[in-house]
Amino acid sequence: MIWHKETSIPKIDLLVLPGGFSYGDYLRCGAIAAKSPIMKAVKTFYSNGGFIIGICNGFQILTESEILPGALIPNSTQKFICKDQDLIVTNNKTLFTSGFKNKATISIPIAHHDGNYFLTDTELQELEQSERIIFKYENNPNGSIGDIAGVCSENKRVIGMMPHPERAIDKDLGSVSGLTIFKSIIAGF
Amino acid sequence: MTLDKRVFKFKVEVVLKNGVLDPQGEAIKQSINFNNLGNVLEVKQGKLFELTVSSKDIKHAFQEVNEICSDLLANSVIEDFKYYEVSE
Repeated sequence: MIWHKETSIPKIDLLVLPGGFSYGDYLRCGAIAAKSPIMKAVKTFYSNGGFIIGICNGFQILTESEILPGALIPNSTQKFICKDQDLIVTNNKTLFTSGFKNKATISIPIAHHDGNYFLTDTELQELEQSERIIFKYENNPNGSIGDIAGVCSENKRVIGMMPHPERAIDKDLGSVSGLTIFKSIIAGF
Repeated sequence: MTLDKRVFKFKVEVVLKNGVLDPQGEAIKQSINFNNLGNVLEVKQGKLFELTVSSKDIKHAFQEVNEICSDLLANSVIEDFKYYEVSE
């Protein structure tokens, strides 16, 4: 565990930016956390080819840090949504998604108020063409452009996703789709 | 050195760019029109910041405020900003 006030990252294989509501989502979701002391080290870790997964608020922090493109704005419904979502795996060639069949439908819950992914139309085309969209919602819950639920960096080593894979790792909790992401990561190393 | 500094006040306005969905503005617009307060075609809800800045002179204060806006107060992917000096 690395505290946000730290300024360096030890030798690690994968960095996880978890969900939460850093700084109460003041100003914009993820905006103030993106200026935390640790984020300079996170940017260096990314520049050096490090693997990063940002989940929910972690995804928002990655866009605010400009490590991932776009921005996350309030849901079009203006409501906090907490429920299982069917997702389509649109790129299974990343470290994080290699355990899924391409175009597979999986179920992972979302829990957010600001999960409405925004990009310009040009950027959307660029992401589509470069296979940087990794998950799409089957039934768009929040207004995200292109039904996007998760994207990756140009080098495919950083992913950001609004759904919570860590909440879908046990049959008794409803789904094990999230477990496949963590198993894919381990299998890839 | 602080003795050499002066205090300036600014207002910063941040609004969503055209084309970015603004569900809050839309809900406000519907309420205005539903209550016959007027016939409003569009509402955009933004943010207003009042900054009190200690700086060497007005030129530096403007530079600092510009950096504060582009670096933190506005996200250039979704928002535009403008700022102006205000008197006390």
